[in-house]
Amino acid sequence: MKSIADIKAIREKMQSQINLRDNQDAERETRIVVGMATCGISAGARPVFNAFVDDIASRQLKNVKVTRTGCMGMCALEPIVEVHVPGEEPVTYVHVDPEKVRKIVANHIVNGNVCTEYLIGDNK
Amino acid sequence: MREIALNILDIAENSVKAGADLIRVTVHAEHGMLTVVISDDGCGMDEEFLKRVTDPFTTTRTTRKVGMGIPLFKMAAEMAGGEFSLTSEKGVGTTVKATFVLDHIDRAPLGDMADTVVALIGGGGKADFVFDIAVDGKGFVFDTRELAAELDGVPVTEPDVLVFVRDMIKENMIDIGGEKL
Repeated sequence: MKSIADIKAIREKMQSQINLRDNQDAERETRIVVGMATCGISAGARPVFNAFVDDIASRQLKNVKVTRTGCMGMCALEPIVEVHVPGEEPVTYVHVDPEKVRKIVANHIVNGNVCTEYLIGDNK
Repeated sequence: MREIALNILDIAENSVKAGADLIRVTVHAEHGMLTVVISDDGCGMDEEFLKRVTDPFTTTRTTRKVGMGIPLFKMAAEMAGGEFSLTSEKGVGTTVKATFVLDHIDRAPLGDMADTVVALIGGGGKADFVFDIAVDGKGFVFDTRELAAELDGVPVTEPDVLVFVRDMIKENMIDIGGEKL
């Protein structure tokens, strides 16, 4: 069974990457923001957050950060996810689920193609 | 909310917003009762706000006038034959406690605590978390301060670290029988 002490291997792997990243421009970081107020949580934001964490870890994506925020003001469209790619306009996805997360990571985060079918304009 | 773990995520998120440095989540199942306590050292509430806090039309938000997190948690406890209490002091912190009769037909399952922990610690912010989970006297404690010390500068929010934490908590939950709650 795992314990906190077992994290040594991950620490050693990550330390070299962190050192490399520290030397890069922090503005090159892609931010994924998941709305996690009561409305978001009850609509399924937690599995969405965890799916992003899983996909980013399994693809070993660097300079991509998943974070959370409160209510985005459109409770009926939750779970809502904003993707901030440096140098581009923020993109807002609505009614996100873990399956859509995989497509957003593959198409948008990795390949730079916005998943237009999940955008707020088409899903009101 | 389909799981108590989602209520816990919601309430602890309030503690994060309250500017807490340390948030402690305790989940103990013993003597036929499930007891959940979420305590923080955040900004706390004044007496006037505390009187209204279980009212769904009370919130600190300025964008809208509903605050459903605490009323939903209170309802979940009371529906399951339990009790709900909230104590708070301005500048000191807040403690939320809910109890549930374990075999009550209307008790929601505890649900996925590992996913809840990952969502809490992975979201960033300055707060440290302690998760203390026990079933009939057998339990484990996860403390992000211990994790940060082992990581030696690597952020706890790194996805590889979060996946490790989730697997570790899932394994420990199975070991103590917590996955059946």
